[in-house]
Amino acid sequence: MKTDKTIKVDYLARVEGEGGLKIRIKNGKIADLKLNIFEPPRYFEGFLRGRKYSEAPDITARICGICPVAYQMSSIHAMEAVFGLKVTGYMRELRRLLYCGEWIESHVLHAYMLHAPDFLGYQDAIQMAGDHPEIVKAGLRLKKIGNNIVNLLGGREIHPINARIGGWYKIPAKKKFMDLLDDLKWARDTAVDVVKFTSTLNFPDFERDYEFVALSHPDEYALNEGRLISNKGLDIAVDEYEDHFEEIHMSHSTSLHSKRKGNGAYHVGPLARFTLNYDKLSPIAKQAARDAGLGKECYNPFKSIIIRAVETLWACDEAIRILEMFEMPEKPCLDYDICGGIGHAITEAPRGSLYHRYRLDSRGYIRTTKIVPPTSQNLRTMELDLHEFVPPRLDKSTKELTWECEQAIRNYDPCISCSCHFLKLDLIND
Amino acid sequence: MSRNIKPKLAVWKFASCDGCQLSLLDCEDELLAFANVIQIANFPEASRAVIKGKYDISLVEGSITTSHDAERIHKIRRQSKFLMTIGACATSGGIQALRNFTDVSRFTSMVYAHPNYISTLNKSTPIRDHVYVDFELHGCPINKYQLVEVCSALLHGRKPVTPSYSVCMECKRKGNVCVMVAHNTLCLGPVTHAGCDALCPSYNRGCFGCFGPKETPQTTSLAKKWKELGAKNDDVVRAFRGFYAYAEPFRKESEAHED
Repeated sequence: MKTDKTIKVDYLARVEGEGGLKIRIKNGKIADLKLNIFEPPRYFEGFLRGRKYSEAPDITARICGICPVAYQMSSIHAMEAVFGLKVTGYMRELRRLLYCGEWIESHVLHAYMLHAPDFLGYQDAIQMAGDHPEIVKAGLRLKKIGNNIVNLLGGREIHPINARIGGWYKIPAKKKFMDLLDDLKWARDTAVDVVKFTSTLNFPDFERDYEFVALSHPDEYALNEGRLISNKGLDIAVDEYEDHFEEIHMSHSTSLHSKRKGNGAYHVGPLARFTLNYDKLSPIAKQAARDAGLGKECYNPFKSIIIRAVETLWACDEAIRILEMFEMPEKPCLDYDICGGIGHAITEAPRGSLYHRYRLDSRGYIRTTKIVPPTSQNLRTMELDLHEFVPPRLDKSTKELTWECEQAIRNYDPCISCSCHFLKLDLIND
Repeated sequence: MSRNIKPKLAVWKFASCDGCQLSLLDCEDELLAFANVIQIANFPEASRAVIKGKYDISLVEGSITTSHDAERIHKIRRQSKFLMTIGACATSGGIQALRNFTDVSRFTSMVYAHPNYISTLNKSTPIRDHVYVDFELHGCPINKYQLVEVCSALLHGRKPVTPSYSVCMECKRKGNVCVMVAHNTLCLGPVTHAGCDALCPSYNRGCFGCFGPKETPQTTSLAKKWKELGAKNDDVVRAFRGFYAYAEPFRKESEAHED
């Protein structure tokens, strides 16, 4: 059937930031499809020049209010790479704990408040709370438990202040950590139910042969350290990133598009981590994934909501493991000498791999910076998903198809503030 | 209270990190109660539903950095009975106002391969420079309890209780040892607006000014004290050029120490 349609949404909702989608359909075929990002540029790479290395964690946190821990972790690890500093033992575990807190709050925010309403046909979580108050209340409590970790260890949930190069400004008293345990055990039990619940949702029949890219570590579900690998043969150290990936500046976007040199678009985030690092999940998370009917890999982006629930469960379990082995480090921060050089780091933000590279002069002042957020790595893949998703569904009403296209973008929990910002759906059939 | 008389709330975003509007969703214990007394009429980060204005309360996050946004804020002002800015970006231009001290085209060519695709203003400016603002809530990020306090004061028709004194007051009240007196740590606490409950000094580090200049800040005396502690001009400039770099008292102090 030949179809010409006009679908238009001015502002794509329930994503972090500002962007728009424009799809032109002619004779039942996509004539043009663009994810427009018109989030105003903020020039972090520009004004970091001349700042001191120690300021980077606080300044880059301001790129994103949803995942500031990710920015702090990537910048701190990159600076430590310059200084040849290695944080080990329980100080390293505490960094994982902080990251678990962010994963829990960010994944629960997305799964419950931004993504679940799509599957259940609500405009938002507050409307959903009218019919399902218990589900929404449980979600809010889970989210708060994640935030409580970040609050304690980071000082506050948005733009925490306690992580620094070499360790921490202060490590709170043991009792305060132990006070988190009961809530986390409730959270772990609840997360098992959340995995179950998300697996009962209706998923469009849609899979693509993605190149999944994620950090991978031999001993653990990778957060801060490891090699960058893919399911199509990539296996590199983080400092080789720019040899294998490049960013393209498109006219329709204030956010750069990433591609793997020679291979094109790729996919970072929960689906990629799950598929590449399934073996490193804890037993309870693997069991929940199996019970939810997931295999060891997942190529349906709509099912990312189940994977976020599995990762939330894993993060609760990992946080409990870290807390139960609590030992107060001798001092909060390691000593180190400042020197010049280049440092790279990739850590796993809730939305996917976040790359930072800094060049410092001998006094520790930043000369150049490169930051590649997960959302700009996924932008091209989001467009390609829509290229395949839309054509077989042109029989649907404009309203229904528009909502499904929005949902297809929300699968990636895009953070346009990170990549730049503004999602506006503008589907034109002529 | 019946649904149709609930006051309407809208949340707007300009150049920012989303953190301040996220504070609203981070009110895990208060959110559903809040939604019972207020109608969330336009909040794209949280909802697809858009109810048309006029809005009783508009929360504005972010600074003005493009000519399109400089127009958009006027439209929002016309649709809003009470317009409140939330956070450092909306009230002072934010961290992106660091461009105001240099030529922005230098930054564009540093970040983007095709600077001609990018349209941006030379300066990042606060909302107040463009339209009348009824109330400014400070912070990078804002304190969510202050947000709840201001909204609840508005709903009850009373004056919001937000302190105008400095971080030092909060520190003393908490019984913190002064990081500057005891450890010679540079601290912006004496000139910074309270609101964070003296967060950084409580974690053994100096305040870096997330809540902006307090009323009548003695920035010059503070800078003098820092220099006695060994700070160089460059340290003073960088300290005042943070998230409130373009707020006048901080801007002037940083300019006074430029080499």
